[in-house]
Formats: sequence, C-alpha cells, structure tokens
Amino acid sequence: MSAAADTAAANAAATADAPTARAPWALAAPALMLFIGVLVIPLAMTVMLSFHDWGQYKGIEPVFILKNWHEIATDPYYAEMFWRTFRIAALTTLITAVLGAPEAYILNRMSGRWKSFFLLVILGPLLISVVARTLGWALLFGGNNGLVNKLLMSLGLIGSPLRFMFTETGMVVALAHVMMPFMVLSVWAALQRLDPQIENAALSLGASPPTIIRRIVMPQIMPGVLSGAIIVFSLSASAFATPAIIGGRRLKVAATLAYDEFLNTLNWPLGAAVATLLLVALVLIVVGSNALIERRYAEVFR
Amino acid sequence: MAYLELDRVAKQFGAQTVVDDFSLAVGKGEFVSFLGPSGCGKTTTLQMIAGFLDPSRGAIRLEGRDLTAVHPARRGLGIVFQSYALFPHMTAAENVAFGLEMRRVPRAERAERVRAALAMVGLAGYEERYPRRMSGGQQQRVALARALVIRPSVLLLDEPLSNLDAKLREGMQIELRQIQRTLGTTTILVTHDQNEAMSLSDRIVVMSQGRIEQIGTPQETYEQPASAFVSQFLGKTNDFAATIDRTNASARLVAGSWSAPAPAGFSGPVTISIRPERIGFGDAGLAAKIVTRIFQGNHWLFQCESECGPAIVIRQNDGQTQPAEGDAVRLAWRVDDMSLRAGGAA
Amino acid sequence: MRRNGPLALTFHAIFVVIMVAPIAVVCLVAFTPEGYLSLPTNGFSLRWFRAIASYPEFVHAFWVSLGLGALSSFVALLFAVPAALAIARYKFRGRDALAALFLSPLMIPHVVLGVAFLRFFTSIGMGGSFAALLVAHVIVVFPFALRLTLAAATGMDRSIEMAAISLGADGWTLFRRVTLPLILPGVISGWALAFIQSFDDLTMTIFLAAPGTETLPVRMFLYIQDNIDPLVTSISATVIAITMTALILLDRFYGLDRVLAGKSDTGR
Repeated sequence: MSAAADTAAANAAATADAPTARAPWALAAPALMLFIGVLVIPLAMTVMLSFHDWGQYKGIEPVFILKNWHEIATDPYYAEMFWRTFRIAALTTLITAVLGAPEAYILNRMSGRWKSFFLLVILGPLLISVVARTLGWALLFGGNNGLVNKLLMSLGLIGSPLRFMFTETGMVVALAHVMMPFMVLSVWAALQRLDPQIENAALSLGASPPTIIRRIVMPQIMPGVLSGAIIVFSLSASAFATPAIIGGRRLKVAATLAYDEFLNTLNWPLGAAVATLLLVALVLIVVGSNALIERRYAEVFR
Repeated sequence: MAYLELDRVAKQFGAQTVVDDFSLAVGKGEFVSFLGPSGCGKTTTLQMIAGFLDPSRGAIRLEGRDLTAVHPARRGLGIVFQSYALFPHMTAAENVAFGLEMRRVPRAERAERVRAALAMVGLAGYEERYPRRMSGGQQQRVALARALVIRPSVLLLDEPLSNLDAKLREGMQIELRQIQRTLGTTTILVTHDQNEAMSLSDRIVVMSQGRIEQIGTPQETYEQPASAFVSQFLGKTNDFAATIDRTNASARLVAGSWSAPAPAGFSGPVTISIRPERIGFGDAGLAAKIVTRIFQGNHWLFQCESECGPAIVIRQNDGQTQPAEGDAVRLAWRVDDMSLRAGGAA
Repeated sequence: MRRNGPLALTFHAIFVVIMVAPIAVVCLVAFTPEGYLSLPTNGFSLRWFRAIASYPEFVHAFWVSLGLGALSSFVALLFAVPAALAIARYKFRGRDALAALFLSPLMIPHVVLGVAFLRFFTSIGMGGSFAALLVAHVIVVFPFALRLTLAAATGMDRSIEMAAISLGADGWTLFRRVTLPLILPGVISGWALAFIQSFDDLTMTIFLAAPGTETLPVRMFLYIQDNIDPLVTSISATVIAITMTALILLDRFYGLDRVLAGKSDTGR
C-alpha cells in the first residue's frame, strides 16, 4: 500500500482532470497483479484440467481430450444432478422471495428500535456458521418424531412425517433459511429508496391498502426482489455445506459432486469439468437475467 | 505592476472549452469577484489559480513568477471551499494548525498564531470543538481562519457564503470585508450572488460561458453594463427596442410613445436598458398597463405590459398612493439613468 | 407511515420464530446430558461444553479461523484501499472491467474457487500450506474490503483533500493525515465484513485445508460427517456466544449500524 498510495494520493487531486493519467493503474496494479496471478491463472488452469485424462492407476495425464465433457454430456446421471441443482436453487429462490419480501416490508414499517432489533435478528444468522444452521434444521425435523413434524401433524397439515434428511425438501428448507437474510437485505435496500410519503399520497387519492401494495409498493420493490433472487439463486446453486450435510453421498448436487471427485474419487479432471460447467451455467443465467431485469426496470433502477 | 496576473488563460475538457481567453490583472490587496451563473467557468478559473487544474493555454503569474509550474501544495494560497472542507477528524484548533504544521512552524508559535486566527474570526474559546459540533457559520469561520493563518499570498474564496442562511450571510459579508481590509490580503471570490459580489469587491469580473463579459467596479457593472447579459444578470432590468429617428432636424431616440434627444454615436435600431427602480409613472412616456402589483414591504413591484413588451417597475414604499392592477400608466425615465446598446433587444 | 396490522404482525412473528428456531435448537441441544442429539428433557448438563477441552483440534481450528480471518482481511485491505482510490476518483479506460474483476469472487461459486485454488497451489508445491489458505482467503474477501472502502472513498468530499493540499500537505502526509482518516470508517467496516466472510467460509476452504490448517467450519463439517453427537452443537453454541459478545461490544464502542453500512459520520 505504502508506495502506491503515497504517489497516488499526492497526484490524485492535481491530475484528476488528466484523461490518460497513469496514477489509477499504479494504484490498482498490486491488486490487479494479485488477481491475475491467483485468480485468473488458477481458473484457466481448471478449465485446462477439465480436458485432461485420468485413470485409477495412472492419475492425471496432461493431454487434450474431450472424455470428461463427453461423459457429462452423455451420462444421464449428470443431467439429472444438474437439473436437481437448479431445481433446488429455483425453489429456494421462490420461497425466499415469497416470504422475505413481505417480511422486509413489514420490518420497514416498524418503529426505530424494533426495526433495528428485528433486522439484527434476521441478519444475525449470517454470522453463524452454515454448518450449525443446517444442523439445527436436521435437529428440528429429527427423524419421525422431530419437533416440526409433530407440530405439523398436530395442526393436521400433514398426515405422515415429512422426510428431511437425504431429501430435496430438506435441502430447500435449510437453504431457504440460510439464504433468507440476503433476500430481506436486498428488498430492504429497495425499500429505503422508497419515499414514505408515496403511500400516503396513494391513500389520499382513495386507494385501499391492498391496492397500494399491489399498485404502488410492489412495482417499486420488484427490482430489489429480483436482484435478491439473482443472489439467492446463484448462491443456492453453488451451495456446498447444506446439500452435503442433508444430502450426504446419496443426493448430490453440483458442488458436492465436484467435491467428491476432487477429494474422494480423486478424478480431478472430471471434477474440474463439473465445476467449469457450473461456473459457465451460473454466469450465463446471472448475466442473462441481469440484462433482462435491467431492460424491464430501466427507469426504476435509475 | 499586477500582483496576480492571468494571461489569456483557457481550459478545455476534451472538445469542450470551459474557460477561454481569460486575462486579468489583480493588484496587491485588491478584492476581486468572479461573478456568473453556474457553468460559466468561474470555479474552473479559481481551480487553475489554486493549481487543482492545469490551464490548457495561457499563463498565471504571481509577482511575475510563473505559478503553473508550482505544485498546488507549494503555492501558498489560502482557499475557503463552498463546503468549508474542514477536516472532520480534527478540532477547530487542529484544523487551523494544519497548514502551519506542514510549514514546520515551531509548536509555540503555532499555538499563538492559531489562537490569534480563531480570535480574529470571533471563535476564541472554540479551539477544542469538532466541526460537526459547530454551526454552519462557525464552520465557515474556522475555514477562513485556517486559510488566513498561513498568511497566504492570495486568498481564494469559492462560494464561501452560499451555504449560510440569508441573515447570517449578510453579517459574514461585512465581517469578511473588514478582515480582508485589515489584513490587506489579495482576495478572489467566486460567486453567483450579485449582491455578494457588489458588497464585497473592489472589482467584479462578470463571466458567461467561459468568457469575460465585463470587468469593472460594482457601480460600473451595474450602471453601465457592457452587454445584455451583464445588465440581465446584475439585478432586474428592462430592455426596450428603440430606434434613432433622424427625419427631423434634431435626431430623436424613440421607444413607443417615449422619446428623447438622441445621443451621439448611435444610429438605426438600439436597445435601451433601464433599471426598474429608475422608472417612474408620469403623464407622458411609454404607454403601459399594470398586470400585477406585488407588495414587498419597502417597495412595490409592478409587472406591466407596455408598447415595447413586458416591463418591470419598482417604486419605493414612501406612503404615496400607487396605481392599481389594470390601470393604464405612462412610464418615464431620465436619459442619464438608462444605458444604450447598438442593435435590437436581446 | 401506516402501522402493521394484526395479520402482518402474525406473519412477522412466525417468520422470526422460523429464523431463530434452528439456531435456538442447536443451543438447547448443546446442554443435553445424553450422549446423542436430543433436546435436554432430563435436565441441563454442561458435559458437552467440557468435552470441547478434550478435542484440542477444535480449539486449534478456532484459532486458525480467527488468525486467518484477521490476517486475510488485513492483507486484502492493503490491496483494496489503493485499488478503491483508483476506481473511486479516476475515470480511465478499463475502469469498469477492473471493478468487475475485483468483485468477481462474489459471482464465482466458492466450490469453483476451491477447485481452482487446489489445482493451482498443488501444482506450484504450496498445497496444504497456511500461506495458500491465506492467499485464497484474501481473494475471497477482497470484494467486501473493496466495496466498503469504495463507498467511503466515493462519498468523500474531495475538497477536503484539496484544502489539505492547498495548506501544503502532499504525498504520504496527505494520505496518512487526511485521506485515510476520512475513509477509515469504510475501511473498518470492510475489514469486519471481510473477517466474517473468511471466518464462516467452508466451501472454498475445505479444498485447501490440511490437518493443522483446518478452520473451525471445516473441522465441524468433517466431524459431523463421521460422528453424530452433541459436541458440534456445544461448539456452535460457544461460537454463537462469542459472536454475540463481540457484536454487543462492537455496538457499545463503535456502533453496529456504522459497521454494517460502512457509514461515515465524518464525510459529508
């Protein structure tokens, strides 16, 4: 920091108007070098790795073949696994949006002290290890006579206990809990930009509360919900801890599969191919939906 | 000899010229204002003097020395910013002491000069206050003390009073002028407020779209505006299209039903520029009808529709009965009170 | 603004209960006297808290996590502060691309980062080392360090720096006496968020951690893969208690909202 910041801070104000200043590059150079050396190169190596060969006894062979990609493309096991990964992510996103958006709205209408208290309660879990939070859910469902199952059955909502461990239901429930703070935070941020007088204005024009929510509030917080959805979706699709604890070896998603290939089967090239595919798919989905949202909500985002 | 000299200074950002052909000689101890609407290039010019921007062309000299080659940290100018730009993490005294510290002034002398500077701006006893615990006016004074304590060769003021409310602003204007007179510091003030420029400056530089419109004393710029822009910008004004009529033996200046002997040196279409407070209601003159009449305490403001277009008249509230809305009136003024420009009305 | 109706408050109550329930249940189970995971129905016991002492690898993992979090966040800031200043105050070709690159670790799934780092550090002979773990964490927490520093630097009144320059400050003096103090709230918040991120990371770290450099989340994860007993709950409860104490202290002496928002009450 010292040398770079030194010269930079000195020149900053003086050369602020020079269009081709060298100062910003001098300042950013250390970080840029770090990122190229320890992020770009490793990622490139991973993509390369996915084209290498591997055998039980010969290990990794640095040749260029499409074996791994061919296997992923033809073996229905991988298609099913990716389909499961994205299905879980989509369901998780839906749940967080449906529950998180109203909660952020309710939270925003609370008075000062309650607001900060409950905001802390809802965002607090972010500070607690995912392992602990997932374990908590496993305990709550805890086989056939877990708390949640007992409660749901006594309410008559379900006839027989829900299976939690090794099920997609379990993964979605636990993931939704893990991801909820991100959704609330995102909608919360959108609500902060909302003029509180707007609702009163609508009220004075004769709109009923449900109408206000549907016509006034919803359209304005939609960008927040959508950007929250993108965050939740991409984090859920690449989640590791929760699916690993709940799904174990039986119910795999992309992240746990890559983990197994790397650290158990030791078939690194295949693991690298799975990881690369996950990365590419997510980047496409996120960039694509970002572009869609920005076009749709161009005015609101301004 | 000029103390601070700007010689055909110009500034371009890409293809856009923000300041063009700016030449000005400021005498030692003089108070000069750069006056103009936002975007006229006045702040850019100030930033070039301060050294935060480099001129694209031209030279800036201080006592004959080229200033543009000097790093802004070594120019020794005092600057008061519009936002005051106080260091929020330092007390008032630490703020004022900062410049002295940079100059390695010994501790004892530093303390004495800081104390004196704060006392001068009326903030004795506020040494240990942090800026956020001070009012806007107090912050403004700290900023002024901080700029003056280093005994700057030139004091640059960038809209220093614009964040204060009207009452405080007037008080600060008087105080600022007194301090500047006492210290004799050469001062340049950038402002968009014509009242501020007039009440503080020895000379005003009126700027528009990067160019100098007029340089003159406050009275000159007000009473003999060099252009339509100057007359419009410095207070309210009426511009009437008029002609010089030479059909008779003695040429006459004619605007609607108003006329007067034509001054020498003009012909064809001209523009009469007359301040609203210099127009009176009379028996003869420009025919007009009063559209609205607004009471403003010490004066009345009339908006009229005259033969030569809309007109504004201001009359002192001296207890006389004033014409009512809808009344037909005649507008008259003394030839000495108006200024005349060649060409049609702007 | 209108108040919440009874329906809204009911929804809110259920929501909060669901958010807290799994964490509460972990803390409760930690006090079980039984040898298996169950709610403490036969009275409270501290046996599983005492048990932590007989697993020194957990205590060690906690210190690894703490040190790794603190160090990686600090190193990230050494790189992020100058980068943030460059991005915040200069318009230059490639600025957006640079910002996107620096924020990209947020977008890249951690499992992919883990795979890439494992491959990279193994191939250069640094596999399993603490240094490798540190560098990897610097990359992962960098966006958090950058974002909050960037917000502080962008929101800063540039004329304050100009004032300092006009008074004769430049170079390192200007940075140390004026610029850094002004962006410090953002820098501190950036450090705090980066620390949390590093402390909680499991997905990326599990690829790089070796015996001796295992962080707490990694150790806990590996433990529950093989054992089902309340030890992990008592450890979680302890970490939760430490976190809450830290939060309360932070709020007391600094203000939580300032950390969360990276807000500066010094800038304008």
